[in-house]
Amino acid sequence: MNDTSALTPASSRSESGSGVPMTMIQALRSAIDVMLGRDPNVVVFGQDVGYFGGVFRVTEGLQAKYGKQRVFDAPINEGGIVGAAIGMGAYGLRPVIEIQFADYFYPASDQIVSEAARLRYRSAGDFTAPITMRMPCGGGIYGGQTHSQSPEALFTHVCGIRTVMPSNPYDAKGLLIASIENDDPVIFLEPKRLYNGPFDGHHERPVVSWARHPLGLVPEGHYTVPLESASVYRNGSDLTVLAYGTMVFVCEAAATETGIDAEIIDLRSLWPLDLGTLIASVKKTGRCVVVHEATRTSGFGAELAALVQEHCFYHLEVPIERVTGWDTPYPHAQEWAYFPGPDRVGAAFRRAMEP
Amino acid sequence: MSDPTPLRLHVPEPTGRPGRETDFSYLHVSKAGEVRRPPVDATPAATSELAWQLVRVLDDGGRAVGPWAPDADPALLKRGLAAMMKTRIFDARMLIAQRQKKMSFYMQCLGEEAIAVAHAFALAPGDMCFPTYRQQGLLLARGDVPMVEMICQLLSNERDPMKGRQLPVMYSYRRAGFFSISGNLATQFIQAVGWAMASAIKGDTRIASGWIGDGATAEADFHTALTFAHVYRAPVILNVVNNQWAISTFQAIAGGEATTFAARGVGCGIASLRVDGNDFLAVLAASRWAAERARRNLGPTLIEWVTYRAGAHSTSDDPSKYRPDDDAKRFPLGDPIARLKQHLLGLGAWSDAEHEATQAKLQAEVLAAQKEAERSGTLGDGRIPGPETMFEDVYEAMPPHLVDQRRQALSSLPRAGEG
Repeated sequence: MNDTSALTPASSRSESGSGVPMTMIQALRSAIDVMLGRDPNVVVFGQDVGYFGGVFRVTEGLQAKYGKQRVFDAPINEGGIVGAAIGMGAYGLRPVIEIQFADYFYPASDQIVSEAARLRYRSAGDFTAPITMRMPCGGGIYGGQTHSQSPEALFTHVCGIRTVMPSNPYDAKGLLIASIENDDPVIFLEPKRLYNGPFDGHHERPVVSWARHPLGLVPEGHYTVPLESASVYRNGSDLTVLAYGTMVFVCEAAATETGIDAEIIDLRSLWPLDLGTLIASVKKTGRCVVVHEATRTSGFGAELAALVQEHCFYHLEVPIERVTGWDTPYPHAQEWAYFPGPDRVGAAFRRAMEP
Repeated sequence: MSDPTPLRLHVPEPTGRPGRETDFSYLHVSKAGEVRRPPVDATPAATSELAWQLVRVLDDGGRAVGPWAPDADPALLKRGLAAMMKTRIFDARMLIAQRQKKMSFYMQCLGEEAIAVAHAFALAPGDMCFPTYRQQGLLLARGDVPMVEMICQLLSNERDPMKGRQLPVMYSYRRAGFFSISGNLATQFIQAVGWAMASAIKGDTRIASGWIGDGATAEADFHTALTFAHVYRAPVILNVVNNQWAISTFQAIAGGEATTFAARGVGCGIASLRVDGNDFLAVLAASRWAAERARRNLGPTLIEWVTYRAGAHSTSDDPSKYRPDDDAKRFPLGDPIARLKQHLLGLGAWSDAEHEATQAKLQAEVLAAQKEAERSGTLGDGRIPGPETMFEDVYEAMPPHLVDQRRQALSSLPRAGEG
């Protein structure tokens, strides 16, 4: 693929000069608020999202503001939530649904994989599924094996859906608005350990809030962060790190702690992907480390490693490293032995820097 | 205390098998005219006993009797008869075309024609059906989709509106209120409820009509649809076509033994009817009753249509392996076309000569449509949509990786070049 011209100057720091401090929860709420206000076809539903405002409070206050016809509670039935959203999309609405934890999407698999993802294709464009499926994901909150999963690879394997994962409040709002406005079905994964601050994996240290982070400054109105555009989160010259979600900050900590000048690419859109930004960076550094929290085997990192190998083979100085969650269920008490923290990432950086 | 009896698993069986006649007494057939007709604003609970009876209008002599006899003038009934005949002729022609290898596959609705055709007559323009693969009668009754276009889909040819992506019969006609058929069973049932919820959210007047077979009611999506329809009082008709068979699986394996599928609705707080699906007038009357409930914001109605799948499940099926050959002839609810014809003859609104002339005219129409469709190719002759089209419509805008893969497919290059 001759796509080297596509290096996207997508670092969103330059775009976020003005705004108000928001947590990722507030930024997501602001995105939904903006879209409910702008587009009368946007509706929001899911378990506990109505009167209560969701277990993570993302939709707090929206039912009071927009009414029960636009923001309402759904039965505990993920297949029903997605299936009803597909029907609403066929009607002409633009549903934004919440699956309470990504770990709970499995009952909706048929509706996502066989229906939403293929509706445009199988009907040759007669019907589409312009729905956004929000799912809090990832660990680091002592959620055990049913509140910690990162199932992104199960979605990136499915043609016809988009998989998005923001790492900060600014991107979260801009990507969510872009997802809602997009006519394809979007899986919108929210790393819940980042809801209240840029967690870098040092669980033993005090929680850092978004208030002091430049990407915690979020414009109050409408803006988008384009889909299929990665961000160069940290410029560097020693090696390229491909990461997303919580791992962006873990990798930043690892770079600081090892003194290795890592260029951290925050993918933001997992699939379809901004391949050009990845290729340009790896060609520049000649070294690549892929990091994700999800299990390793057939994880999205395997696809990333294959793409880098296909497109950058002659630029690679060393084998591609992968740092991931172990191939076990997400444990509860042993959470921090499972979580790929800065030490494991840092060790991979050092291996990748061996001549 | 006596010794406990060893436990034993119950696996339901049909009463008939090849070489053994079916005992259809399991159907519990009510007499024509004997089931009461509640007002359309009846509470769901007030329909309870209707879920265990069978709404029938046409008696054995072809007369329309009882409170469900609809207000339908003979002109409408004649159109209904012709639409059923057209559906049967269409199916028969397409079965032959499949045997001639012009298409890969076909599914007929032999014996079930009254359900889709009469139901279509009870809906209004703009209403949306979420069908299964045996409701071609919805399209053929309306007549606003040319048969040529349908046959091009079946032939997967250069004019196939689905661009060759879908198995034959998996039509999609938004303009005719016909949602894209999935092929994954039951998924459309909850989608129909979602569409109806959207119509209610927008303060629209249009309603949805969802379809499912007896076998697929065992899927979670069926129960999901009932829950959502009840919770949000969705303006939707939930049609369960109980044709007794899911491929080789008797409806008792789907959970129909010693209960009814209509009873599922009552248990969910949904007004429910069990109706003779081979009785055009009963289908029309029950469909109108349910449509009016939905349109008046009175909520969903579940209707179990009792019928019999007189043909094979599909062209890939051989029912002689699992059920008696004469089952369809012995089915107590008869044939829908013969019964409506008898009724119209009794009214003096129809004659054998008209029937034969209509049959000949429809045969000619179907044949002409088939010939015209075949001018754009068949799956058998290879005149199909080009391989480049298979990369379209995966996403709204083609992402770079698909642009690249399309280039590879078209140039037969094994892999992407080093960029």
